[in-house]
Amino acid sequence: MSFINYSSREINCKIVYYGPGLCGKTTNLQYIYRRTNPEQKGKLISLATETERTLFFDFLPLALGDIRGFRIRFHLYTVPGQVFYAASRKLILKGVDGVVFVADSQIERMDANMESLEDLKINLAEQGYELERLPFTIQYNKRDLPNVAPLQEMNRALNPNGVPWHEAVAIKGTGVFETLKSVAKQVLLELKKNY
Amino acid sequence: MPDFDLIMYENEFRRIDEELRKLHQQANAKVVFLVDKNGQLIASAGDTSGLDTTSLASLTAGNIAATGGIARLLGEKEFTILFHEGEKDNIHISLVGQRVILVVIFDQRSSIGLVRLRVKKATDNLLRIFQEMTSKAQQKRQAGEAEESPFAEITDEDIDNLFR
Repeated sequence: MSFINYSSREINCKIVYYGPGLCGKTTNLQYIYRRTNPEQKGKLISLATETERTLFFDFLPLALGDIRGFRIRFHLYTVPGQVFYAASRKLILKGVDGVVFVADSQIERMDANMESLEDLKINLAEQGYELERLPFTIQYNKRDLPNVAPLQEMNRALNPNGVPWHEAVAIKGTGVFETLKSVAKQVLLELKKNY
Repeated sequence: MPDFDLIMYENEFRRIDEELRKLHQQANAKVVFLVDKNGQLIASAGDTSGLDTTSLASLTAGNIAATGGIARLLGEKEFTILFHEGEKDNIHISLVGQRVILVVIFDQRSSIGLVRLRVKKATDNLLRIFQEMTSKAQQKRQAGEAEESPFAEITDEDIDNLFR
């Protein structure tokens, strides 16, 4: 649910990074934060535990530039990935305009990926959304690790509808901006469709 | 989609701005701002120069969302007011209808009683403005007319340029 302000000529869109615990959602935001010019970003807020596990959410506001005289602002959020933070995860999806699902490519995390994706669909449905109708990109993260599942297999399990997907090594920044761009593009095209 | 996008035009913005300025003055507050429930700042009044309003907006919305979650677990529909007391500054957070959050930051020059009183009055006025805003947007939508849509012409190139 974007906020379009004709008075200040701004468009605000909310993008949520979703995925199982320790898949690299916060790492994505940290990389984007590090690599963005100071005038384009606000503070990166992390509501995390002492061991740096996300407790509620991370938040990063980005102002990437103008389109037709309108300033485009993206508000990036992550959810806490750990299973028992289900209630918090639900809250963060409120008003979402686009979703990135960060999947952990390690074979032993495939079940966790699938469980998290199912959780995403349920939580979206509770807010009246359908994942199939939202701008949605999947990121296959941690591709540099030795024990990763083949992409074909991951796509079969997590991406039956063939949405845009990207390989990534978020900790090194590989694929991070490609993923963001992919979802941002879908969000903007959605706006174009609606207005 | 469960809700329509929030669209604000110059006229409504001016009315909201005026309402916030009035509240800021009458409640003797330091800063007053309005946030939508998704964490986006709508408008503010008072001296915001030293404040990170974007982060404040997002955290306030998170706070309201979490409190709303607690309320539902307790069988309440919502807690409509939150109040945090600090050593110097206090923050009063309240809901305006279902969609918008009104935040008042004040110090010892004001009081919780005064803030509550003025917030109540401002809330009624703001509600009216937002209701008009929503019905206006819906009418436009139904009539299939967008004012001067900045999106109709968006090209792939425009989007690529954002990421250069």
